[in-house]
Amino acid sequence: MTGADYAFWVFAILGGLAALGVVMMRNLFRAALLLVLCFFTVAGIYGSLSADFLAVAQVLVYMGAISVLIIFAVMLTRDMRRGNPFNRAWPSVLVVCGFLMAGIIYVVVETTWPTVDVSPAVTGAAIKDGTSSTAAIAETVFDKDSGFLLPFEIAGMLILAAVIGAVALVRDK
Amino acid sequence: MEVGITHYLILSGILFSIGLFGALSKRNAVGILMCIEIMLNAANIAVVAFSKYLAPDTVLLTGHVFALFVIVVAAAEAAVGLAIVIALYKNRRSVDVDEVNSMKE
Repeated sequence: MTGADYAFWVFAILGGLAALGVVMMRNLFRAALLLVLCFFTVAGIYGSLSADFLAVAQVLVYMGAISVLIIFAVMLTRDMRRGNPFNRAWPSVLVVCGFLMAGIIYVVVETTWPTVDVSPAVTGAAIKDGTSSTAAIAETVFDKDSGFLLPFEIAGMLILAAVIGAVALVRDK
Repeated sequence: MEVGITHYLILSGILFSIGLFGALSKRNAVGILMCIEIMLNAANIAVVAFSKYLAPDTVLLTGHVFALFVIVVAAAEAAVGLAIVIALYKNRRSVDVDEVNSMKE
């Protein structure tokens, strides 16, 4: 096992436990803190997939921005009496999601994925060339012919519309 | 055992199922939004794992770009969703989704 493998197991087990804690925790604020831990472990998983830019973006956007939003919402809608209870349908939902999880694991294990061989030599050469994933992602997004320029602009408009919409929703009339 | 695409996809499936269970079985609207974020993260893990193992590194990093756009949409969704929850709380003094049934009749 290499270091990346150890990192995967640590982050995967930690992330799974944190996600379970988010669902099971009765105190909503503690669930929000566990959600931050879950976001961090996902960033670590990105790191073990050698997606360095995504790991940083995950820490910035999820742990920095979305966690603060969620914690603010928890504080503003404090409902200490109720906490974060399950609804009446939770046993049947548990059964359905258990079957879904079993099905996903079965399909993933049974499929022979046509993986390309990512030998350490290849990635080593890529790192030596100085092409981190940041530059490669930039070239992919902003490529003139096969890039994602229009989706990029639409994403900017979406963020703008969402922020204006959020302000309009919570504004006092 | 060497970690491969199967491990990442199983992790993604487990996180997705946990998130789906929470999103369907919780009564607090903020808790539901938190579980939806877990589901989006799980899908992102699968996309990035596919990008690493199924497409050669020399070809475009399309999976990473997909994951970036998912992060953008998740940020927008969190902003609007939490704004709706806060507006709901201002009107009803409750964020229990079982009590939000005024469109039922």
